[in-house]
Amino acid sequence: MSDTKTFVYINRKAPYGSVYALESLEVVLIGAAFEQDVKLVFMDDGVFQLTKGQNPSGIGMKNFSKTYAALGDYDVNQIYVDEDSLKERGLTLDDLQPLVYEDEDDDWAEKDSIKLVTREQISDVIESADVLLNF
Amino acid sequence: MKFTIQISTGPYTHQASDTAYKFTRAALDAGHEIHRVFFYHDGVNNATSYTAPPQDDRNLQQLWSELAEQHSLDMVVCVAAAQRRGIMDEGEAKKNGKDGVNIAPGFQISGLGQLIEGGVQSDRLLVFGD
Repeated sequence: MSDTKTFVYINRKAPYGSVYALESLEVVLIGAAFEQDVKLVFMDDGVFQLTKGQNPSGIGMKNFSKTYAALGDYDVNQIYVDEDSLKERGLTLDDLQPLVYEDEDDDWAEKDSIKLVTREQISDVIESADVLLNF
Repeated sequence: MKFTIQISTGPYTHQASDTAYKFTRAALDAGHEIHRVFFYHDGVNNATSYTAPPQDDRNLQQLWSELAEQHSLDMVVCVAAAQRRGIMDEGEAKKNGKDGVNIAPGFQISGLGQLIEGGVQSDRLLVFGD
């Protein structure tokens, strides 16, 4: 496969209560092996997927939130979080787990993967997609 | 144009599988290429050979199987989604200690990589269902 495409994954649902957040993470990690340009968007209740201190033991679900920290190692480092969605839910960037990657073009400096964006900027991200998957 | 089709909902509750089937057939009739049909989430339920609707209702599984045979379609069922929902080929049934094989003709069980590969190789990836 020679051609590189931009894959955009939109995450709009809470981490538990439906299977979509877990499945999205699964596809992103498997897709990383295909060396495509990958962007993740978290908006609406999807912003809860990145919150710190998740504990779903009371509902008998696995806590998969620690897996997000591995995304940087898979070269998945373009992570867009909708600022309005955070605000609407009384959250700030500090409520989210930090996601970082090592920039190989900058002497492997550790950088933040998460960018807070407006809805207008999210439409630009969507516009850039060759393949758009909605979870 | 080259399409990959993703189907995310089961048959009968929602129209998504019907619409995906009709789209796939129309695209083939119009001379387009279907690179792959990928059954994901509850969409894996389209692949059970135990489907037995009333006689005056359409049998979606059978329609898909026939279409696959006519056009040599590559119809892939997501393995993790299939295991969770009891869709078994011989290998999976043996591995999981189940006594029945229910994957319908024309469907094969494989991984999510097939979905990504479909997205890479096709001009369009179309998703039916949510």
